[in-house]
Amino acid sequence: MMKEKTEILINSNQIEKKEKSFATIHPGRRRAEKAFKWISRIMTWSTVFILLVLLYHLGKEGWEYIDWQFLDSYPSRKVAKAGIKAGLWGTVWLIITTAVITIPIGVASALFLEEYGVKGKIGKLIEINVSNLAGVPSIVYGLLGLAVFVRWFNFERSILSGALTLGLLIMPVIIVATREAVKAVPDSIRFGAYALGAHKWQVVFYHVLPVALPGIITGVILALSRAIGETAPLIIIGALAYVSFVPESVMDEFTVMPIQIYNWASRPQEEFHQLAASGIVALLALMLTLNFIAVFIRIKTTKRNIQ
Amino acid sequence: MKKSLKLLLTGVILTSLLPSLSANAQAKLRGKVSIDGSSTVFPITEAIAEEYRAVQPRVRVNIGVSGTGGGFKKFLVKETDINNASRNIKDKEVKKAKKNGISYVEVPVAYDGLTVVINKENSWASNLTPAQLKMIWDRDSKVKKWSDIDSSWPAKKIKLYGPGTDSGTFDYFTKAINGKSGRSRANYTKSEDDNVLVKGVAGDKYAMGYFGYAYYKENSKKLQSVAINNVKPTEVTINNGSYKPLSRPIFIYVSKDGYKKPEVKSFVGFYLEKAKEIVGDVGYIALKDIEYKKAKESLKTLEK
Repeated sequence: MMKEKTEILINSNQIEKKEKSFATIHPGRRRAEKAFKWISRIMTWSTVFILLVLLYHLGKEGWEYIDWQFLDSYPSRKVAKAGIKAGLWGTVWLIITTAVITIPIGVASALFLEEYGVKGKIGKLIEINVSNLAGVPSIVYGLLGLAVFVRWFNFERSILSGALTLGLLIMPVIIVATREAVKAVPDSIRFGAYALGAHKWQVVFYHVLPVALPGIITGVILALSRAIGETAPLIIIGALAYVSFVPESVMDEFTVMPIQIYNWASRPQEEFHQLAASGIVALLALMLTLNFIAVFIRIKTTKRNIQ
Repeated sequence: MKKSLKLLLTGVILTSLLPSLSANAQAKLRGKVSIDGSSTVFPITEAIAEEYRAVQPRVRVNIGVSGTGGGFKKFLVKETDINNASRNIKDKEVKKAKKNGISYVEVPVAYDGLTVVINKENSWASNLTPAQLKMIWDRDSKVKKWSDIDSSWPAKKIKLYGPGTDSGTFDYFTKAINGKSGRSRANYTKSEDDNVLVKGVAGDKYAMGYFGYAYYKENSKKLQSVAINNVKPTEVTINNGSYKPLSRPIFIYVSKDGYKKPEVKSFVGFYLEKAKEIVGDVGYIALKDIEYKKAKESLKTLEK
């Protein structure tokens, strides 16, 4: 994608060059270039700086309470005894269930739209719908989840309801990312496979999908990272604030780490605010672990493709 | 590719089949107690649930925080057994309960004293009357500066902080001070997070705000409480009722259908047994012994 764009840019510049000397159009272009580079550099570093400040503050406040006891205890009114076990396991269950439901549906939908395609007005309608869905505020998904999954399907306030709701929320992200990844697969690979007599599904499954996989995984990481931090839709569907057990099936009730953190942050006692910071550190660690696993899978799959 | 997918799938299936290893043979009761409702009552119910777990580890007590009104919505369609409430049930909700055939009992569990707070450096407003509070907080209030209330006070702008309009604290305060629940001026800084209000008042000499006693108690070094008719809110004055009109009982509502389940009955019994010693830990004030006794009596009507 990027390459194509820059190529086009270079081309248009060359065309202009033929008409007038480039230097006369932009007299201070070297200085402008330097200034632009510096502005971009400062912008990039300021983002990194903000992130570092955030991490430093969290670490400073939250580090004190992080130990095994914190990870392996249920909520308590006494700070020393309180822990995030219920939220941690709730989040893990929820994210895995969400991934299992959403990834196949999202990837398959994207493959269908990109490789097989729906022509005409219906195709356009689907496309507009998918991109619109990506812009809907998350709380609206919560209301939908409450009406459809909790009440109508009667899944109650379960992990399944939560996962389906979050699934809807991140589906557009996965679909869009997968479509972009599939689009980027060069046609030569498809034609090569066709030339050897492969059937369309063989082309898609054995050639297009593996090449597109790293891009798909990146999209999935982004989508799941968003899901892991969501609170609003889960509160609406009735995720709980106090749970004193680890879920045993997808039909169990649950809480998630962001809800637990919010609960601690709104307590009057200062120590609970520190506990909230510890919770955030744990949440970040969990997210990074999941991302690491995904990156690991990506590296593995990419290597195999090259061989 | 195929292999890694297979691996992933088996992993997922295995995790979902893995049973919990936390079985406890001594537990007598099993089952589930579903609770939702007010965030004000939540810390008490949470503390009780934590203690209850030591007695009956196989009973799952779930507590949500949808707010008093949001909790009643679930309570009145039989989705929960108990509702935490920081106000009495409203007429509208009573009607709905009748329509849905739900009987319940209102059980007071503790007192909360709504506390009006000012900055530490404020030397003039440490004692106010309800009438003065009404002047400040009433709908269309003309008060902009402290001197609008009493001409001897500084001619500085009052900065007001209070809870959002969905909160039970807001309902109670507006009813007690302005005469009607929900009747309030609108131009003040609202936040559902009381810690924001604490910070606001602590940081501005000319600020004023109100919230639950627990938040004042935790921040009494940073804030000053306002005496109402010369009575400061303390554990004693809230408990004996001399702190008026801002001390309020907070409740749990127990449904008859829920109470039929032995685990709910056992939990509610435990609640009233332990409330007295636990509510103080989380910043609330215990009821008088006789009131807890009365509450226990009232539960008997659910057994018929």
